[in-house]
Amino acid sequence: MKNPEGAHAIAVGLDQAIDVLVEGHVGYFAAGMNEQATVTITGNAGQGVAENMMSGRVHVKGSASQSAGATAHGGLLIIDGDATARCGISMKGADIVVGGSVGHMSAFMAQAGRLVICGDAGDGLGDSIYEARLYVKGQVSSLGADCIEKEMRPEHLTELAELLALAGRPEQPGEFRRYGSARQLYNFHIDNVDAY
Amino acid sequence: MTTTTSPVTDPAAKGLRENSTFDKLTIAAIRKAAATGLYDIRGGGAKRKVPHFDDLLFLGASMSRYPLEGYRERCDTDVWLGTRYAKKPLHLKTPVTIAGMSFGSLSAQAKEALGRGASEVGTSTTSGDGGMTEEERTHSKTLVYQYLPSRYGMNPRHLRMGDAIEVVLGQGAKPGGGGMLLGQKITERVAAMRTLPVGIDQRSACRHPDWTGPDDLRIKILELREITEWEKPVYVKIGASRPYYDVMLAIKAGADAVVLDGMQGGTAATQDVFIEHVGIPTLAAIPQAVEALQEAGMHREVQLIVSGGIRSGADVAKALALGADAVSIGTAALIALGDNDPALEGEYNKIGSSAGYYDDWQAGQDPAGITTQDPELSKRLDPVAGGHRLANLLRVMTMEAQIIARACGKAHLLHLEPEDLVALTIEAAAMTKRPLAGTDWIPGQAGSQAGSL
Repeated sequence: MKNPEGAHAIAVGLDQAIDVLVEGHVGYFAAGMNEQATVTITGNAGQGVAENMMSGRVHVKGSASQSAGATAHGGLLIIDGDATARCGISMKGADIVVGGSVGHMSAFMAQAGRLVICGDAGDGLGDSIYEARLYVKGQVSSLGADCIEKEMRPEHLTELAELLALAGRPEQPGEFRRYGSARQLYNFHIDNVDAY
Repeated sequence: MTTTTSPVTDPAAKGLRENSTFDKLTIAAIRKAAATGLYDIRGGGAKRKVPHFDDLLFLGASMSRYPLEGYRERCDTDVWLGTRYAKKPLHLKTPVTIAGMSFGSLSAQAKEALGRGASEVGTSTTSGDGGMTEEERTHSKTLVYQYLPSRYGMNPRHLRMGDAIEVVLGQGAKPGGGGMLLGQKITERVAAMRTLPVGIDQRSACRHPDWTGPDDLRIKILELREITEWEKPVYVKIGASRPYYDVMLAIKAGADAVVLDGMQGGTAATQDVFIEHVGIPTLAAIPQAVEALQEAGMHREVQLIVSGGIRSGADVAKALALGADAVSIGTAALIALGDNDPALEGEYNKIGSSAGYYDDWQAGQDPAGITTQDPELSKRLDPVAGGHRLANLLRVMTMEAQIIARACGKAHLLHLEPEDLVALTIEAAAMTKRPLAGTDWIPGQAGSQAGSL
């Protein structure tokens, strides 16, 4: 597809193992709910690229707007540039690799999957996070409620190396730090009221 | 012969006066908050008395209008939903549908029973937070698939399997609030469907993760239509707070139908303070929604489905007369399945409640096997028998609405109109813009006067 001129809902709901090349910039929800397909977008992507992706691969060669990979269950989303706010919000099993930085409240309520950020992360990273794993190379402006830095064990270095390789990234796993849930907010307790 | 005097148990008889501001329920709530540090979470809708359908009456036909012969002359009940854009709009035999309720909040047996009952009478059921289960899809001939902020269990395969899509922005019990399902009900199956650890308190976001506002919603609806080949009706569900503006914006965003849920509409689990103090009554919301539809030239083209406190065919008829195209029932459907059954009084007592009062739907201890994930409790509900009871209720509600419609001379339930109604209270008259019974007075409307007839 050539010159989409920012059109919305491009290549949504694909459910076959096909390759789709979109040459240009796309609007909201490009490759939304993708299953099996490989979608490459040479330009920038608007809000909600690859939202609720189930499987397959979506590659944005430019930057992405808010909520990239929101609620995605599976597959791999690669953003070569930056992603803005709420990247990976409520992600449920997908892998997301961002070559640049992400905005505030990224990985908010992220349930499962892995978010790799090769640049910096904005405020409130991983707020109310569940079981997703976050890897950040640059600076984290601030961590959200119940999100903490965690030990980078060998298995994490291994999986990070695999993700970086899949995304064609030059960074080395040892350059990253890992973040995840402190699991203190999983069941309400009045002593944690300040976190709500 | 000796006489005995019963001890006086009524404090008022001893000259003690209850404080209206700090009444017994208020005192109990303050004591509980102080003792536990917890606010009250419960199921169901608003319990406070608010203006409702009981505050309206029908004007049966007489000299100036002809009634229809009961049981002889036709009074049709079918309704089409989603006729604006969907290639495959729904055609239901009755305008009484089943509201969205999740597997997780309800047992699998309850979801199956809802599907069986609705299908028996030709109406629709609705999924809920947490996704679609095999039980409800298999047993629901017509299933509306909810698209919620949490997107728990949401996937394009289920989206395509639904007969309609309901984009949920809010709920009458908690407009502006997200959902919650406490850890007691997050069993392995529920957790797996929602991609969450077993036993945690599940929170659902209050806003959709990838769009905000009406302009974004328009694009989201476009995406949903593209993925489902423009076949399925797309509903937009709102909790009643600013229904005029919300309905107008839903129309502009491209909705096929609007679901309007008043504050009496039930929830699986929400803070009591939220349920009782946020949102407006169903009766107050309908006229504003209809006004928006009429101003946009979309009344009857974008269908209005009303829920929140629908209990009988009279409520159905009144909602339709005010301009709704269909209604949804939730709490009434659960009661039909066996919720709050007096036969279970002893069991309710054991968990600190009583039949008719049980609302701890979040706790997962429901003796009726409905609002629980406990396998032993769930087994108590026979989905076949429960479904049949629900079908009975749906038939009764439909017939009751027909009785009223015929009395008003209407050959179809959708022919009922505001002119058929008067109000019993000043509040209801002001909200519905129907005159106070026996007068032509509508509060706030120029030219109407109390007692002029």
